[in-house]
Amino acid sequence: MSNGLRPDLAAIAEVIPQGARVLDIGCGDGALLEHLAATKNVDGRGLELSQHNVNACVARGLSVVQGDADTDLGDYPAQIFDVAILSQTIQATRSPKTVLAALLRIGKLTAVSFPNFGHWRIRLSLLANGRMPQTRTLGYTWHETPNIHLCTIADFVALTEEVGGVVQSALALRKDGHTQAMQVHAWGPNLLAEGAIFFLRSKNAPST
Amino acid sequence: MAEAANPKFLRPVVAPEVDPGQAITFGADRPLLLDAGRELSPVTIAYMTYGELNAQKSNAVLICHALTLDQFAASQHPVTGKPGWWDTLIGPGKPIDTNRFFVICANVVGGCMGTTGPASIDPTTGKPYGLSFPVVTIKDMVRAQAMLLDALGIEQLLCVLGGSMGGMQVLQWAASYPERVLSAIPIATAANHSAQNIAFHEVGRQAIMADPDWKGGAYQLEGTQPSKGLAVARMAAHITYLSEAALQRKFGRNLQNRNAISFGFGPDFQIESYLRHQGMTFVDRFDANSYLYITRAMDYFDLAEDYGGVLAEAFRGTKTRFCIVSFTSDWLFPTVENKHIAHALNAAAANVSFVEIDTDRGHDAFLLDEPEMFATVRGFINSVAASHGVK
Repeated sequence: MSNGLRPDLAAIAEVIPQGARVLDIGCGDGALLEHLAATKNVDGRGLELSQHNVNACVARGLSVVQGDADTDLGDYPAQIFDVAILSQTIQATRSPKTVLAALLRIGKLTAVSFPNFGHWRIRLSLLANGRMPQTRTLGYTWHETPNIHLCTIADFVALTEEVGGVVQSALALRKDGHTQAMQVHAWGPNLLAEGAIFFLRSKNAPST
Repeated sequence: MAEAANPKFLRPVVAPEVDPGQAITFGADRPLLLDAGRELSPVTIAYMTYGELNAQKSNAVLICHALTLDQFAASQHPVTGKPGWWDTLIGPGKPIDTNRFFVICANVVGGCMGTTGPASIDPTTGKPYGLSFPVVTIKDMVRAQAMLLDALGIEQLLCVLGGSMGGMQVLQWAASYPERVLSAIPIATAANHSAQNIAFHEVGRQAIMADPDWKGGAYQLEGTQPSKGLAVARMAAHITYLSEAALQRKFGRNLQNRNAISFGFGPDFQIESYLRHQGMTFVDRFDANSYLYITRAMDYFDLAEDYGGVLAEAFRGTKTRFCIVSFTSDWLFPTVENKHIAHALNAAAANVSFVEIDTDRGHDAFLLDEPEMFATVRGFINSVAASHGVK
């Protein structure tokens, strides 16, 4: 994984098939899309909130639209993407439940990565200090953070079930950037993983 | 009677000595079928090309011009002597690089720079069409361009791009001929003309028709020119191409060559003088009836109409790559209307990019030096060229 990608993106990139049609929601500077175009010949699209990032992506030849995950996913037809990706973004959306349901609708496979608020450092920080935790991965003060809907791995598993999703596989993201497969209902990963990557399918979607 | 030599029948704007560039005339065997249910024949299409078509004919780029522009996108204008209106974008080493791409720009049907329009001679009467010229639409303009490309032996376009009314043609191209358009860059445009925009056009048309020299559209026969009406139409329209902030920045309440207001109706303010100049110079290069017809074509444009009112249906199954560009201060074709196109393309699962550029220069920004627009167009077309093996 020496491709310069953020660890969660590298892990997501690994599972994407050659030539897949991919939507990267919150694609940022387009690093993942560029990597996928170069290595997997994907038909890649991006949705990004920041106009500055969007313009930079398009100038580099990527297909990116300015838009908001909370409001703009409704446009896309059902099951139109082989993979819909939401990396490190769900915790910043206004309605994670709507967004996750929309992802399951438009993507045959949905990849979601997020910081795990159940990590022991965060739990300990709150217990010890009585203040909203500020950690290496979540460095904002409570009043400045864009992460308005943080969750734990257990919370995410519950939400997935609530919106009709099935976990196909899940990876725990360790501090050193390494990933390892995890049992989503076990207590260990929720305590020890700094972040998580989930691969989901919709219960209602025809199996492929 | 040598009517063509009668000065009264000369085009009021494009005198015969003005070289409209290249032109193809389609005779009675190739009429242009119009949305209005009529056929236009013969029809001449005047155009310019820049760069060279490669052996595979895979590097053709079509430029669609806006309301009052013409085929001189990247070369000196034969009437005004000014550089091409998209000289900043098109040329050797520029974003639309004529060292690599073969660029075509044709005057729209209904226009007045060599393509058949209301000032052309109606062969059935031997007189200028005037108001007997059929009302044309954006789709008719695109059909005429497709005939031109057929004649040039160009099956597929690497890219079609244009701003404002040019953007409408780009959208129509992508909807009517999806297999011929590999990529499309609609800039500062809309999928239909808004009530406000129709309103401004109507003001312009009424100004022309209120000019006694308009003569019910037969001014060529009468030897007059509705210059005052056309100038007022241009003045009103020109305001809509700018922005309040840009006007304030550029002119404010500055006085024109005087130290105090005159207590009269002369051009006291710089903005008045500027608008008068815009109006006066416009009539030297544009035909009043063409202005009526082309504004009408824009008013009638509603791409979704042919597709059950659902814009996404216009692009169903499209393989064309799109790059939509809008400008923050454009209130004529605001971002929201451009974004509406992007949403429809998303709904059609099309490959679309959407870029909004921050500028205070209003709608006209698409014709100005906007480095972010250049970077966008360059990045996009290079990526399209690379994926289609165009060097």
